[in-house]
Amino acid sequence: MNRLIEYMLPPARNSAAGETDALFAFINITSFILLAGITFAILYFAWKYRRKSDNDVTPVITHNSKLEITWSVIPLILVMIVFGWGFTGYMNLSTPPDDAYEIRVVGKSWLWEFHYENGTTSVNEMNVPVNRPVKLVMSSDDVIHSFFVPDFRVKRDVLPNRYSSLWFEASEVGESIIFCTEYCGTQHSNMDAVVNIMPQDEFDEWLEAGDTIDEDMPPAERGEALVTQNGCTACHSADGSDGVGPSFAGLWESERNFSDSESTTADENYIRESILEPNAKIVEGYDGVMPSYQGVVDDQQIDDIIEYLKTLD
Amino acid sequence: MATTDASNIKRLQVERFKPDESPKEHYLNAEKGLWSWLTTVDHKRIGLMYLASIALFFLFGGILALVLRTELLTPARNFIDADVYNQIFTLHGAIMIFFFLVPSVPAALGNFILPLQLGAKDVAFPRLNLASFYIYTLGSIFTLIAIFTGGVDTGWTFYTPYSAETSTNVLMMTLGIFILGFSSILTGVNFIVTIHKMRAPGLTWNKLPLNIWALYATSIIQVLATPVLAITLLLLTMERALGIGIFDPNLGGDPVLYQHFFWFYSHPAVYIMIVPGFGVISEVISTFSRKTIFGYWAIALSSLAIAFIGFLVWGHHMFTAGQSSLANMVFSFLTFLVGIPTGIKIFNWLATMYKGSIDLKSPMLYAMVFLFLFTIGGFTGIMLGALAVDIHLHDTYYVVAHFHYVMMGGMVMAFLAGIHYWWPKMFGKMYSEFWAKIACGIIFIGFNMTFLPQFIMGSQGMPRRYYNYIDQFQPFHQFSTIGSYVLGVGFLIIAAYMIHSLLRGKEAGSNPWGSRALEWQTSSPAPHHNFEHTPVIINGPYDYHKPMSEFQLGIAHSHNGHHEGEHVGAETETASEKA
Repeated sequence: MNRLIEYMLPPARNSAAGETDALFAFINITSFILLAGITFAILYFAWKYRRKSDNDVTPVITHNSKLEITWSVIPLILVMIVFGWGFTGYMNLSTPPDDAYEIRVVGKSWLWEFHYENGTTSVNEMNVPVNRPVKLVMSSDDVIHSFFVPDFRVKRDVLPNRYSSLWFEASEVGESIIFCTEYCGTQHSNMDAVVNIMPQDEFDEWLEAGDTIDEDMPPAERGEALVTQNGCTACHSADGSDGVGPSFAGLWESERNFSDSESTTADENYIRESILEPNAKIVEGYDGVMPSYQGVVDDQQIDDIIEYLKTLD
Repeated sequence: MATTDASNIKRLQVERFKPDESPKEHYLNAEKGLWSWLTTVDHKRIGLMYLASIALFFLFGGILALVLRTELLTPARNFIDADVYNQIFTLHGAIMIFFFLVPSVPAALGNFILPLQLGAKDVAFPRLNLASFYIYTLGSIFTLIAIFTGGVDTGWTFYTPYSAETSTNVLMMTLGIFILGFSSILTGVNFIVTIHKMRAPGLTWNKLPLNIWALYATSIIQVLATPVLAITLLLLTMERALGIGIFDPNLGGDPVLYQHFFWFYSHPAVYIMIVPGFGVISEVISTFSRKTIFGYWAIALSSLAIAFIGFLVWGHHMFTAGQSSLANMVFSFLTFLVGIPTGIKIFNWLATMYKGSIDLKSPMLYAMVFLFLFTIGGFTGIMLGALAVDIHLHDTYYVVAHFHYVMMGGMVMAFLAGIHYWWPKMFGKMYSEFWAKIACGIIFIGFNMTFLPQFIMGSQGMPRRYYNYIDQFQPFHQFSTIGSYVLGVGFLIIAAYMIHSLLRGKEAGSNPWGSRALEWQTSSPAPHHNFEHTPVIINGPYDYHKPMSEFQLGIAHSHNGHHEGEHVGAETETASEKA
């Protein structure tokens, strides 16, 4: 039974996950025992009391108060245990310790942005220190999303008009997946991200470095790194294959036809506008679904991305 | 039999009316032609028209489900695009819930059987009943227009702000469902009045069939809850069409408010779907165990308790949405309370089987499948009601599997039990019992193959409404898809032998199951006005220890009640009724 329960759940990487898992196991085991009993009774009665002749006489049993009270009170006690257990577990999951490390999370269709205390930003990749409580303060830029890390047993809706939060304390170094679990449109199922759980010193190092993008890299390489880091590649391919948005391949200085039958050449200004105000011009055959990157990338970074696009013929 | 008291007891002369075993005239041939069907006010014909409609919608929704499952064979694109996938799961949900599950037992089976079980000639408002059917049709037409003019991709829940922003045809769809709601409300009102005012002489509240109690509880929920859905959809429409900010934060609204409104209807709606199923199961189990139902009042009152508490648990759909912890606690607590009356029913049905004379005919098989699958649905509901665990399982395939176990394993199995049980009364024909058992077995296997793996992948974290998924879930998805094909085959077999039964079925006779219930004490198919006499009830519907003759009484020489009170002819039986 324990094996089965372990098989049913993803690895537990949150210090609070143990309590959730224990309750999960308790309900499963209790239910299984009761279900086995009920199933046995159904089958046994169906066989034992099968009709022998059309003139069978059955006893008149209208009720049995003792029996009925028993089968009302025992389940009541069981569910009250489950209720209390579930509630304490929930209170623990929703009360972050005061010294929790804060990360700001922004969900937008369809990517996750993570902002750290020193201004470092990452997209679709969250780095957290191991064995330290982390509190996420989350909001959405558009519709409702939901932040779910199966390995942490935590989930919380991310809303457009308010902040919501959750916390966890990662218990082992490793990589876990983040899902969006509130339906949010076309790319809902691709709105996933990764949590990198790392030792504190490694985390500090990463935070100091700002991000993986090196000032000394050539602009085009830096641009490529930025495109990956900001999640652009989720919708725009670099090899000409079709996605939610037009491919980057052959984009530079090509003729763009828009859904309002206007057209223009893809120059610096067009690309800049497409990043900051994506819905100003919509390429024919695509939907205006891209979020704005105003405030996410600065002018220097836009230059780098343009340099990168120039290399993709 | 009660002793007579001259002051407030009215004496009725009754005699036994044996039903005609092969009637020449019945409701199916009383009038002929398409027009006679379209303008009928006969509750039995209206019931059949509903039955045909929901069968079509079930077929449509089922095909959509198979398309979804086929797409999910591979983690990435298989044969349809993400947008198409999103529209299909929305339609599958909306059609199955609003066009199949909600009207299935109340509007289709309920319409047919309720007046028969009450010994009435029809429902209280026959024309209103026909109007409900046309409102249902009108709602369906609007929904079909929505499907063919852009579709809808919001999920059947229409959560804001997404539903206010998507470019698909949400307005037409919500309009369709808005209209449909009135059909549901009017049917509910009709049933409540019928149950209160049209019961046959002697049919007191403590002799009502449990199916009637279940339909009564359902009707109350329909009348009280459906208007909230109408208001919610109207507000959504106002926001989309007129830009009035109610739910959209950009306009100063609150998206979570929508969820409260929506679930305030949609949770009780779950009970609109399942409670009538409880009624069917009570009838079937007692008939095929040929035994008095165990705990009549416990079953009857637990339906009402579920109807009442069911209004107070909507917040358990929103444990992760950002309610206060206090609200979460209260909703979790009430959710567990609603589980208790449901559990009581299961034990009562089991106790009814104890020492019965059990005949494993197909309706009984479906009832047993119901008991098993619905119990699993119930236990997994307890799992989801536990706050800490729900935080992990919310919006995963675990929830998908849970409600399919409740709605399909529970409600659809109860519906199939009901269809097989009342089929002879509807058409006067039997179906192939052999094929019915085969189909039941295939459906049982297919159902579990489809939905058991979904519990596991849900626990492992697979979110619902996902077009793409990570590779680790593929074996579960493939197993589930194969199961759904098996399930599809099961339903095709049912369709085949049911059609065969209509064309060449053996004559059923008035009471093929040997039931004591009132609807079986008239010919099959039923006469145009249900009974050729005014039935008089002196026993409970499950009193199998009393002779059949006591269940076939009617007012003697009354000519449908015109000469009530006249003492003519020999006294065969005497019934007394409080005036």
